[in-house]
Amino acid sequence: MELNYSPEEEAFRQEVRQWLADKLPKGLSDKVRGHKRLTKEDYELWHSLLRERGWLCWHWPKEHGGAAFSPVEKHIFEEEMIAAGAPRIVPFGPNMLGPVLIEFGSEEHKKHYLPKIISGEHRWCQGYSEPGAGSDLASVKTSAVRDGDHYIVNGQKTWTTLGHHADHIFCLARTDPNAAKPQEGISFLLIDMATPGVEVRPIYTLDGEHEVNEVWLTDVKVPVENLVGEENKGWTYAKFLLTYERTGIAGVAYSKQALAHLKRIAAREQQDGRPLAEDPMFAAKMAEVEIDLLAMDMFNLRVVSAAGQGKAPGPESSLLKIKGTIVRQEITDLMRRAVGPYAMPFVPEAFDEGYNEEPIGPEDAMPLARQYFNMRKLSIYGGSNEIQRNIVAKAMLGL
Amino acid sequence: MDFTLSEERRMLAETAERFLRDRYSIDVRHANADRDEGYDPKLWREMADLGLVGALLPPEAGGLGGEGEDIALVFEQVGRALVVEPFLASAILGATPLLKAGSDAQKATLEQVADGSLTLALAHGEPGGRYSLSHVATMATESEDGWRLNGAKAVVLNGDSAGCLVVSARVSGDVASEDGIGLFLIEGGAPGVSRRAYGTVEGGQAAEVTLDNVLAEPIGTPGEAFPVLEETIARGCLALAAEAVGIMEVSKDITLDYLKTRTQFGRPIGKFQVIQHRMVDLVLEIEQARSAVMLASGYLDGAREEREKLVSAAKNLAGRVGRLVAEETIQLHGGIAMTWEYSLPHYAKRLIMIDHLLGDSDHHLARFQRFSAQEAA
Repeated sequence: MELNYSPEEEAFRQEVRQWLADKLPKGLSDKVRGHKRLTKEDYELWHSLLRERGWLCWHWPKEHGGAAFSPVEKHIFEEEMIAAGAPRIVPFGPNMLGPVLIEFGSEEHKKHYLPKIISGEHRWCQGYSEPGAGSDLASVKTSAVRDGDHYIVNGQKTWTTLGHHADHIFCLARTDPNAAKPQEGISFLLIDMATPGVEVRPIYTLDGEHEVNEVWLTDVKVPVENLVGEENKGWTYAKFLLTYERTGIAGVAYSKQALAHLKRIAAREQQDGRPLAEDPMFAAKMAEVEIDLLAMDMFNLRVVSAAGQGKAPGPESSLLKIKGTIVRQEITDLMRRAVGPYAMPFVPEAFDEGYNEEPIGPEDAMPLARQYFNMRKLSIYGGSNEIQRNIVAKAMLGL
Repeated sequence: MDFTLSEERRMLAETAERFLRDRYSIDVRHANADRDEGYDPKLWREMADLGLVGALLPPEAGGLGGEGEDIALVFEQVGRALVVEPFLASAILGATPLLKAGSDAQKATLEQVADGSLTLALAHGEPGGRYSLSHVATMATESEDGWRLNGAKAVVLNGDSAGCLVVSARVSGDVASEDGIGLFLIEGGAPGVSRRAYGTVEGGQAAEVTLDNVLAEPIGTPGEAFPVLEETIARGCLALAAEAVGIMEVSKDITLDYLKTRTQFGRPIGKFQVIQHRMVDLVLEIEQARSAVMLASGYLDGAREEREKLVSAAKNLAGRVGRLVAEETIQLHGGIAMTWEYSLPHYAKRLIMIDHLLGDSDHHLARFQRFSAQEAA
């Protein structure tokens, strides 16, 4: 057993760290650290920098222009990005559709779409969930009916993250309404959002933010060559994509950064003339979550390292998702509590670029309640934590 | 980064596992616990012959290992079989002070510890001392014929059967001071030692030890023993946390079997989602506890602050997860787990009692917090 990184892994970490120090614009990391709103241009700037370095599509093999990181390298890369305050990579093209097309797409798909994901010419979003298909994803109702060289698509997608920045959407649609099981009869379609009949409507979340959308599809004509793989086999590709969605979902690096932030706040906030960090009740809660995170970090590395040795991450990634999201939520809960009454002011414009007013209370207090409410999504999305428990019970415990 | 075991350690784990599987059924365990010594001395020698005791000691003490990973590995197996032989009392708590601070002659006795012919016990805790590391009221005074000890020691693990006792006693300072503590070696049957032995709730054995003017041999410099004591307890905490993980694994397996075979309302109870989800949470927390043990084992011989922080994290988690596993596995079984005859409750009892040894989860949470804050400062 060797708990330290190898010299090669350390060298890689240094390389990433140095690159971030040289290239990540300070304005951008300040925004991320201050929980400000990121614009479409911010994401595009960040993607372009990664693209120049060849690191935008780090899951992909080299022959398709990817970085082909090993699992340990992916882990290090994510840690360093988050520690430096880099924006996240909008994952739908690089981390989700890309791997699906590389595995299941036709040669034409690969030639047409992959370079455009890298170049940023295509901005993808994900058309999975529907109003009636949340945790029970296989019950999608959106229909695709073959009509000559086209499918005619009708239905409604929801929770479409950054759909308002996107120009393409990959969708699950039902092509065989009479299939014996709901998982059969679903197809995986690529849709140009400029096609008539595609309409994006914003959903404002409980924190007042616009990140997710509804996408309405009304008689949308989709060329048959936009079908990925075989008709009615879409569920297989959908599940493959979900395993990519789950990698890194433990969010250990996010939690580490958040915990450090929490400690800074608790050291500054005063209670009865002493730092909150020295209040036994609060200190105990912080210590408990810190221990959970330490163990979680090691657990995550065990799974990452097993993947590096060619063992596929199985239901362990579900365990990581459950615990990782609980820990992240716990930390956001403590941050909200740490600032006391100053968690309350709601000034949405304070998160826009160019807001120059005096903050109400400590500057770092304003986003905390918003973050707390926003982070409730962690245990719901990407397969709710209850769905993950079902997966583990079946696949790992044989129940 | 590499989480695979070395060839030697893989073989050690296999040896221990095979021996315990073949020779240490739960019935044997109960019979051993019922003996006057609280364990089976003959079997203990056999375990030592296999190298299981020596694995806990470094080569200079007649052992074959002694690193954090060795301790974690052996004690996971100790936990899996619910072993009552004095691995912790003798090879960890008794041996570490001699190893870290003993004279050459004292170190030489460790060879007898490794081969099982001599057992040790650590007499440190005192009535009213709870888990405090520095609480020592027992007095050591230097007289013409050497050091003399007077005082009372509480819940000394395997204290009655031990050939020699390692005793903490105060040379100077007030009762809670870290300065002024000494460690001393005495024979178990030395004049002035009285030992009141008793069984413990989960099947172990301990003793209340009274020292009346007992002639003692110092280990290291009297008055400067606190760091040695701290390191000893750290090794003990790692051992207990690893033992807890072994127990958790077996408890999980027993419970999982039961969920697949016990039928109610016309189907195995493991088909009910409410039970599945609780079982998944157990499995998840066991992985967390195991991860913390791995982390602590990797840094056991590192810098003090790092060691203490990670050992306390492991012991805290062993306590928290231990309680969860003990309570949930009993609940998931239902009535059968309330019987002495069934194996599971004996695992559950040991899990809970581990949290009463060398500091409970609250004690280690506070300790972790202290070392973590120091690190940040």
